[in-house]
Amino acid sequence: MLEGLLALLPQVIFDGLLLGFVYAMIALGYTMVYGVLELINFAHSEIFMIGAVVGVEVFRYLAPVIPNGIVVLLLALILGAIISGVTAMIVERLAYRPLRARGTTNRLVPLITAIGVSFVLQDLVRLVEGIWHNEFKLQMRLIPPLDGNFTFLTVFIQYKALILILVSLLMLVGLNYLVSRTKLGTAIRAVAQDMSTARLMGINPDVIISRTFLIGGALGGVAGVLFAVQYSTIDPYVGFLPGLKAFTAAVLGGIGNITGAMVGGLVLGQMETLAGTYLPTLTGGNFGTEYKDVIAFLILILLLLFRPQGLLGQVVKEKV
Amino acid sequence: MSRQTANFVVLGVAGLSLALLWLTPGALAGFLGLVGVALTAYLRPAMAVRAGSLALLALGFTLALSQVPRVSILFYGLVAVLVALITIPGIPRWIKGLLGVAVLLISVPIAGFNNTFFLELGIQIGIYAAMALGLNVVVGMAGLLDLGYAAFFAIGAYTWAIFGSPQAANFLSGQFPLNGNFFYLFMAFAIITTAITGVLIGLPALRLRGDYLAIVTLGLGEVVRVLANNLDHPVNFTNGPQGITPVSRPDIGWFHSLMSGIGIELDARTDYQFFFYLLVLVVIGVVVLVNINLGNSRFGRAWIAIREDETAAKAMGIPMLGTKLLAFATGAAFSGAMGVIFAAQRTFVSPESFTLLASITILGMVVLGGMGSIPGVILGAAALTAINTDILKSFSEYLNNLRQAGVLNLPSQVEPAKYERLVFGVILVLMMIFRPQGLIPERRHQLEIEEAKEAQR
Repeated sequence: MLEGLLALLPQVIFDGLLLGFVYAMIALGYTMVYGVLELINFAHSEIFMIGAVVGVEVFRYLAPVIPNGIVVLLLALILGAIISGVTAMIVERLAYRPLRARGTTNRLVPLITAIGVSFVLQDLVRLVEGIWHNEFKLQMRLIPPLDGNFTFLTVFIQYKALILILVSLLMLVGLNYLVSRTKLGTAIRAVAQDMSTARLMGINPDVIISRTFLIGGALGGVAGVLFAVQYSTIDPYVGFLPGLKAFTAAVLGGIGNITGAMVGGLVLGQMETLAGTYLPTLTGGNFGTEYKDVIAFLILILLLLFRPQGLLGQVVKEKV
Repeated sequence: MSRQTANFVVLGVAGLSLALLWLTPGALAGFLGLVGVALTAYLRPAMAVRAGSLALLALGFTLALSQVPRVSILFYGLVAVLVALITIPGIPRWIKGLLGVAVLLISVPIAGFNNTFFLELGIQIGIYAAMALGLNVVVGMAGLLDLGYAAFFAIGAYTWAIFGSPQAANFLSGQFPLNGNFFYLFMAFAIITTAITGVLIGLPALRLRGDYLAIVTLGLGEVVRVLANNLDHPVNFTNGPQGITPVSRPDIGWFHSLMSGIGIELDARTDYQFFFYLLVLVVIGVVVLVNINLGNSRFGRAWIAIREDETAAKAMGIPMLGTKLLAFATGAAFSGAMGVIFAAQRTFVSPESFTLLASITILGMVVLGGMGSIPGVILGAAALTAINTDILKSFSEYLNNLRQAGVLNLPSQVEPAKYERLVFGVILVLMMIFRPQGLIPERRHQLEIEEAKEAQR
């Protein structure tokens, strides 16, 4: 039995890596918003879902016209990033900014708003898709070369998986560059540090926050498109679980830390896939794949016990 | 408007509403009655006039409901009277008490005997109000963000559902289901188990700061849901997604004889509903008392101190972990007890009732009503439960009827009933933007928000 399990291992690790990159990409969006506003933006799950839906729609209409899958995917990524980014920006403008303008100090208020927004977005997408196609479950229609694959040392690899990994690495590097090297990044960090001082320095926090949502939303949209390409079946509620996991990943890595979000996502994806594959075999079928979520949360709790700031987070000294 | 005119207008509208509600009961008269309640609340007439007008309106709604039990706006009229009683300051306590008891124990039952749905609604509101009051201790008083509150509700519900149904025979030898009268014992038992669970979860989680606590409790909620969904194998504890049914109810023969003693003959359709309605009222009374006493105790002050400024509270020598754990365990215990009632009342328990949405709805009740404020939280629970179980459903039914009549031209795929959550979401967002302090804010929160506004200027 053990041999059979070991033979599976490389494939399992590769699948876990893929899932981990998906979580990591979503976690980046959570991290950006959290870093600036200290807000758990639950609606980010839905921004991700919108990206996924855009991905499916682009393939539905362009795949019959353009024969090259890479080109269609590029268009889908661009469109997904724009639509998701703009949606995130609109959400910020309509739902979160009025709260800041009113000087709400209670942290729960924006959280409830985020949850409300998340309901609204889910059902709006459902409404639009219902009127447009009369469908609830959307199916991705892939075209070559995306649906191609090869086997590398017993690991079955699809081209689309390689693209997913490549794009998410690019996203990580790009975001890191943006935040640490550019003027916008400096402004974002300034606003995250101290909004009123940043204002004194001539930064308009509203503009910076708006751009943060645009960037975070665009990243979520890209993640959504890649998710749709990778896992094929999409519905308006598809964002919830990955969103939850991604947030867990962000906490795991040290929330507010970009590299940490990536690491957290990878660790979580790996744990989940390993648990999902081996738990049924190891327990003789008594505990099924469903328990992978339980294990993910247990590990999170254990980690937080010993390293409350997350894997890569720094201890923040409280100002007194 | 001068006080004299206000007196005149309010009494006039109340009297007119009473007459209309009595003679031509219906939605229109109900609407006028609601206007009457609003005028009573906002026109500032003399206190005696206010109390008198509310009494007249309560009488009117009751009379109307006994004639046309299907019109729910009349029932909401009663709820509005209750809300007005709680919120209007200055009405003497004994009048508030008397009128409140009359509405709860006479008007609502009269409505309920004619249409059981109102009793059901009352029970739902009561269960959620008690849970929201429990969460109010955790979130409103101590400021600990708990996103997995429904987990404790689930633990309570399953505790009784498993032993109050044949389910327990799967893993224990003995006679199952247990006699329905064990229900009371299990309520006590659930209070203890959920409090212990609360401590066990809280012990690691409460060392963490706000948002981390939120994610850990959210995870806990998911874990409990997964367990409820999957613990049907290898040993069948929870019967998986199908849920457990039937769950035993306590024996209420004594209740029947008690009621016929005071001249109320209960039929099989309403007896349990009425019993649970009264039971929930009693429980809410207890929960409110505990809430008030805790709030005024040493712990209550410590919680508020922690909520306002954790670092300062620590510096003043308040033991962090113990104080927070107490809040967490208290909230969990309330939720567990309500779970047992929920299981017995429905005779059915399934994982569906304990999702993240349930936790969020309860949190929404606390925030919507006004964190830390007891009447606020009860009002929040009443409002959200009514919106979720009745108003949105009636509205989509209304749209569907319009469509069938050909008045409204909706595409065939658009099913209004499916978009209730959209409306719920919009309500949440608008509420947070326009009234973040809640419907009936606690004094301290109110002050905080005004201070923030000052600072903005």
